[in-house]
Order: sequence, then structure tokens, then C-alpha cells
Amino acid sequence: MNNGSGMVERRGSGLWLTHLGLVVGILFIFFPIWLAFVASTVAHREIVQPPMPLLPCNEFFDNYSLALTSGINAPVARMLFNSGVMAIGIAVGKILISLLSAFAIVYFRFPGRKLFFWLIFLTLMLPVEVRIVPTFEVAANLKMLNSYSGLILPLVASATATFLFRQFFLTVPDELAEAARVDGAKPMRFFVDILLPMSRTNIAALFVILFIYGWNQYLWPLLITTDPDMNTIVMGLKQMFPSGDEIANWPVIMATSILAMVPPVIVVIGMQKLFIRGLIESEK
Amino acid sequence: MEKRVSFRGIWLPTALVLPQIIITAVFFFYPAGQAIWQSLYIPDPFGLSMQWVGLGNFEFLFADRFYRGSFITTAIFSILVTVVSMGVALYLAVLADRLIKGSGSYRTLLIWPYAVAPAVAGVLWLFMFNTRVGVITWYLGILGYDWNHVLNEQEAMALVVIASSWGRISYNFLFFIAGLQAIPKSVIEAAAIDGARFWTRFRTIVFPLLSPTTFFLLVVNIIYSFFETFGVIHTITSGGPQQATTILVYKVYSDGFVGQDLGSSAAQSVILLAVVSILTVIQFKFIERRVHY
Amino acid sequence: MATVALENLKKSFGQNEVIHGVSVDIEEGEFIVIVGPSGCGKSTLLRMVAGLETVTSGIVRISGRSVNDDEPMDRDIAMVFQNYALYPHMSVFDNMAYGLKIAKVPHIEINERVSNTARLLQLEEFLKRKPRELSGGQRQRVAMGRAIVRKPSVFLFDEPLSNLDAKLRVQMRLEIKALQRDLGVTSLYVTHDQVEAMTLADRMVVMNNGFADQIGKPLDVYANPQTVFVAGFIGSPPTNFLDASQFAAGPAGGTIGIRPEHIRLSAKGRLEAWVTSTEPLGADTLVHLRVAGGSLVTVRQDASAAIPPEGTSFCLDWNESDTLFFNAEGKRIDAASG
Repeated sequence: MNNGSGMVERRGSGLWLTHLGLVVGILFIFFPIWLAFVASTVAHREIVQPPMPLLPCNEFFDNYSLALTSGINAPVARMLFNSGVMAIGIAVGKILISLLSAFAIVYFRFPGRKLFFWLIFLTLMLPVEVRIVPTFEVAANLKMLNSYSGLILPLVASATATFLFRQFFLTVPDELAEAARVDGAKPMRFFVDILLPMSRTNIAALFVILFIYGWNQYLWPLLITTDPDMNTIVMGLKQMFPSGDEIANWPVIMATSILAMVPPVIVVIGMQKLFIRGLIESEK
Repeated sequence: MEKRVSFRGIWLPTALVLPQIIITAVFFFYPAGQAIWQSLYIPDPFGLSMQWVGLGNFEFLFADRFYRGSFITTAIFSILVTVVSMGVALYLAVLADRLIKGSGSYRTLLIWPYAVAPAVAGVLWLFMFNTRVGVITWYLGILGYDWNHVLNEQEAMALVVIASSWGRISYNFLFFIAGLQAIPKSVIEAAAIDGARFWTRFRTIVFPLLSPTTFFLLVVNIIYSFFETFGVIHTITSGGPQQATTILVYKVYSDGFVGQDLGSSAAQSVILLAVVSILTVIQFKFIERRVHY
Repeated sequence: MATVALENLKKSFGQNEVIHGVSVDIEEGEFIVIVGPSGCGKSTLLRMVAGLETVTSGIVRISGRSVNDDEPMDRDIAMVFQNYALYPHMSVFDNMAYGLKIAKVPHIEINERVSNTARLLQLEEFLKRKPRELSGGQRQRVAMGRAIVRKPSVFLFDEPLSNLDAKLRVQMRLEIKALQRDLGVTSLYVTHDQVEAMTLADRMVVMNNGFADQIGKPLDVYANPQTVFVAGFIGSPPTNFLDASQFAAGPAGGTIGIRPEHIRLSAKGRLEAWVTSTEPLGADTLVHLRVAGGSLVTVRQDASAAIPPEGTSFCLDWNESDTLFFNAEGKRIDAASG
């Protein structure tokens, strides 16, 4: 890519200004996280007497082990586990039901197909926040409060993934299905042997997006879990603040914040290419 | 677009769509219907029966000073979040696009705040601006500025706007950089040969060509600031002070779950539903147009 | 081995009938080429035999049995697609073995049959590769191999060579011909390329707008086209057509056709014409002329003859026996058509 753009755009001091501008932007983005990390390594007494230090101290191990094993209301290890179950449950659940229904609407002609397509289309972009009270009542009636199914199922009810797989299946050449038919493959055999392996990049990209979506949910877990042992880490964070006037245990809270960021950040950085592809395609 | 070939059968495809139909019916269509139904009733004081009030809940809402205030708060909040997060992202994307080497590593450094949940972002910014222990609060105090978002409405709004915009920059950056890289370099070179300097080129060539991306992000960011910022508001201000940061979705929550006013909360849900539908229609209209680009 | 019979086969998409009743009887081991321009219905016809399209009316029989309601896999056929339709995530071996695995053929036999087929097609060294790692010609062979390995009683080819470059196409054409001879499997082959049709077919079916205009041995079809369409479509350069009214023997409102190689340029003859351009091809030369009425005529002359300069005027002459007479509906009407 060492072509024209360089000739026009890059020259002398401008180049350094460009780098400087980017570095300032990155510092702005990093500063809150850096501060959170520093706060997670200092003792509580250093926080209550501002200003706090700007470089890490040596309470790292104490703060994190305290957070993980006992936390404030519930051990953070437990909350991490809950978040993991919820995020993976939402990602896997959504991908599974979407793959099946997208397969049906693309490869079959059945009565009600058009209607079904428009119904799921309706669910696009209407987030759970909009119908929060009645959805909560449904979950309560189904005895799903403080349960993993309560955390997962209502958030699976959206069609973004179905829509995405439909778009992808439409790009698969017709002849592949025909060749499979001539080879004697029944529909489900074609789905498992041909369509699924061909979709694996899309599945992985979608998994990244949905994992982060699920991990970062806040309002729904806040409503559906009252038992601290069922809290997810993202919503449990707020519960760690004292209700009265006393000063919050910031080192433990900050250690928890860092722990809440680590899994999704690892997923985003580790699967960067898939993530960007998934993001940009899922919004198309 | 349709497949030329299709498998035969009725039972198999029905079975395949059934899981999605059940989940969508139970957790989407039924609750959405309930919201509409509940919005037309008020429960009696003992919660034993529901009384039909027609559009009474809606009339009551629009007569309510706090609800109208929440509309304005939401408008201000979402415009600010959209402008701030898109502005910073565009600035960084233009810079990164100028680089030939290293734009990839800047991208890696810039994308990962996307993974930080809005609620966690709220806690991070709350910590920096905490009235007792916040580092920035303390340094502002040294400079003679007394920061107190717990009491000051403008400061509260500023803080939730910054915290909500912060994590969103990554997302917008990714789309802007993709949009910028899709602009043919020859167009920019032609402008440079015509004598346009950087700023002129940006204003007259790059920005207009980027407009599909910008418009798309505009809609998406408004929807984001309507809903996903709930975590930020709840962790930092809980809608206060004096409801200065109570956006619509926060009010649905606080009236429905904290205030237990089901009829009003349901009516608010219906109004939100209408607002989102309009935004969605605008977006799909736009996407259809983008196909012809 | 099997016979295939199409009995008054029709196909409609909605109100729109695209195949208007085609009947062909195909013998065991016969190589039938269905040829026609794009949109003539030839692929639809083949896909009805394959079971990929439903039959609107009429009967498809394989070995005498109606297969109208059978799934493709129950028809004992194999198909080679225009874009090969190889499974992109499977190796060459797995692509060829897939149908056998579904049919629950024992592993040992699958290995044996795939490796025999691979040897036949010189694909042995590519068995572990993915389709994207192969050249166009190799992919084509894999597609063939996938059909052969199943030992079907009928091969169906849907324009299998049209994605290859010209040189490879000639080579593969010869290979397909030889393979089909050796295996002796009844074959239906669809193409828009009349050279392919002429060289491959035992008998060909010339399709035009959903009708089978003519069915016959390639040289018979060439020598005795039954319609104006067939005379124009088969043969390159195409048959010259002239308005019949200018000739005493011609039918009213009809057309006569003469093949380019049957016209002589001489000092005297039936029609006067001027040379507009010439195309020396090496072995022979095409001479393009304009006749008095304005129509263009192409004459193929031997390379040994002198190439006439542009603007030269000649008389065109031909033997009465080489003249093809067509009525106003485009049907052949002279004695030889009987």
C-alpha cells in the first residue's frame, strides 16, 4: 500500500503531528483504565486521602484475592462465572436458533414462511429495554428469577443473527445444495456437512459480537437477579457501593472493574479480525 | 433474492423455526402486546383489578412536567453523546488514515474500549470524578474549581455524557476508518493536484464521500444513547440530581420497578417503542438507498 | 447402463410455459447433447431429468420406470455442474467420497473406488487438496470424478466446460468423449457451443424457445437441418439465407439456405455479389460479399484459391442439391427433408 496516499498525505512535520494527535487520543482513552488499574493495586487508606498515586503499588495480590474470594456481597469469582454462563449462553443460544431458522427460511418453501420472515424482521432493533416491565413479568411467571435461563432466554429473542445468516446463506451457490441432493444428502445432512462448515467464519465472528453483548448486559440482570450469588459481574459492580454515607471500598471495586473488562477485552483483541468483520457485517 | 432450489417438506422447516418462534413469542411479542395493553389501564390501589382508562396514561404523561423534562433531557443527552463520540472518533480516524505504517497498531489500541461495558465505564469515570476521592476532582480543586456532580445538574450531565461517549469512540472509529479507506485514493490525489490543501480536501471531498457512514453512525449512536447508556446513568447519577439525567429508558425503569406505577411505565414503553420504530424505519430507508451507491 | 425416455415433457414457471413438450428416446450408452442458445430451456430440461426441477406434465423414464416423483438420489444419476459445485471445505477425496459415504458404502470400497477414479482422471496427487488450491481444469476433473465414482447409470452434464479457457476446453472435450466411450454410461450433455455438440454427440437435440427443433446424428443435422433456426445455429460460419422470391424454384414467402462451403465464386452463376471483406483463417478463407438485394453472404473457399481483393464483383453459384428450402414458418420443405 505504499502508493499515492503517502505522496499526498504524509510530509515532514505533519507526520509527527499526526502521531502526536493519535497518542493524545489514546492517552485519553487509556487514562481511566490506567487509573482503575492503579487503584486496584493500592491500599484503601491511600485512596481516602487524595490525591491517589498515579503509579501501581504493591497491594495487587491482596485486593484481587479479596475480590475474587469474598468480594463485598458475593465472591467476584462467582460473578465472573455467572457472566461467563450468561455471555456464552446468549451467544450459543442465539447462534443455534438463528442457524436453524435461517436454514429453514432460505432452503425451504413452506406455508407461513413469508409471515415468519416479517415477524422476526420486526424484532430487529427493538431492545429489551423497551418492553422491560412485561418481559420481567413473563420471566417471573415462568419462575425464571435468579436463574440462568432467566438471564439468557429473553435476550435470545431477537433476530439480528437470523438475518445475518440468511444473508450469508443466500450467497452460497445454489449448485452446492443441488450437488448435495444429487449426492443423496437429505436436508439436515446438507446443513450439517456442507452449510455449517462453510459458515464457520461467520459463526465465529458473530460469537465474538454476541459474547460481548451478553457479557456487558446491565439492566436485565439487574432486574432478574436479586440473589447476590446470581449477580453478573457488570451489574454486581454497582451493588458493591455502600448505600449509606461511608466511603466505598475502591481498591476492591476497581479490582472488580478490571476483572469485568478482562474477558471481553481478551476476546476482542484475540479475535480482532473476526470481531471487526462481525461488527461491520452485522450492522450492514 | 431467492434460492432457485429448495428442499421439500413442511414439518422439518416448521420444526426448524419453532425454537425461534417460541422464544420470540414468549419474550418479545407477548410482552410487547402486554405493554400496549397495560398502557391502557391503571391498577386499583390493592392491585386486584385493572381499570380501563383509554389514553388516560398517555394524557397524564404528557401533562407531567417531569416526563416532558425527561424528553428534553434525552434529546440533549443523546445529541451530546452522538456529537462527542463521533467527533473524537472522526478526528482519530482521519489521523490514523493519514498513516501508511502503524495505523494497524493504533487501531488495535483504539478498539478495545468497545469491550468495556457502559456500566463499567460509568464506574471508572465515577471514580475519577468522585466528590471525595476522585483524582480529577482533587486536581480541579487545586485549580480552584469545586466539582460536584452530585449537586450540580450541568456537571452531572457532563459526566454521564463523557462516560457514555468514551466507550463508544472505538465503535465509531472502526466504521469511520473503514469508510475512509473505501474512498479511492485517486480522487484525493486529483484534488491535491487541483491545488486543494488538506483541510479543503477534507471539507469538499472526504467528508461528503463519507456521508453514508456518518449518517449510518448518527442513527446507530442515537439508538445507543437511548438504551445502552442505562448502565452509565444508573451507576453514576441514578438519574439525579433533581432528575437532571433521567433519560426516557431510565424513567421506564424507575417508574416501573422503583415506583411500581405499571400503567405509566407501560405507556412510556409504548412511546419509546414508537420512537425506536421511527428511527429504525429511517435507518432501513437509508440502508436501501445505500445499496444503490 | 440405462435407457432414458422423455415423453412429451413440459415445464411451466407460474403461467409461463418454458418447455412445450419434448420427447426423446435415449438408448443405453448413448451420448446425447442438448444444444441451443441461452434461454432455450436446455438446462431446465436437464434439471427435470436430474429431479432438481419438478415436471409440469409428461414423464421422465429411466430404464423404463417413471421417476417423476423420485428425489435426485433415487434416480441413479450423477451430475456435473457448470461451476463444478465442489464443496469448498472438503478435500478432493472427500468431495468424491461424499455421495458414497451417504450411501453407506463400506470404507474400504470407498477408498478403492475413489483412488481408481482419481487414477483414471490423473488426480491422485491432488486428493488431499482443497478445491481452491486447484486450477480450473483440475476442478473440472474433480467434478467429473465425483460423478464417475458413484457408478451411476446416467451422467448429466450442465455446460461443464464453459468456465474453462479455449485450449483446455478442447482437451477436456476429448477426455470426456473418451471417458464416456470407455465407461459406456448413458449421458445427457447440455451446451450452447455447437462445436462441442457436433464433436461429442452420438445424437443431438437442438433446442429453440422450448421446442426440440431437431433430433439426430450431428452430421445428419448439419446436412439436413429441419428448420431455419437449426440451419443457422449449427455450423460456423452459419448458413446463408436468401429471400426465396428471387429464385424461380423458391417457395412463396419462404427462404433458401446454402452453406458457405457450397457456394462457388465464378464468372457466371445465379447471383451477382461484391466482396466486402475477407478473413484468411489458414486452412481456408472466409469471403464476405454483398448481393444485389443488400443481403450479406459468406463463402468458405479453400486456402489454395486466390484471395479476392475487396470490391471485386463475382457471380455466386451452387448446386441445386445443396439448396435448402424453407417455408414462411421456417420449416424445411424440399424433397430431402422427407
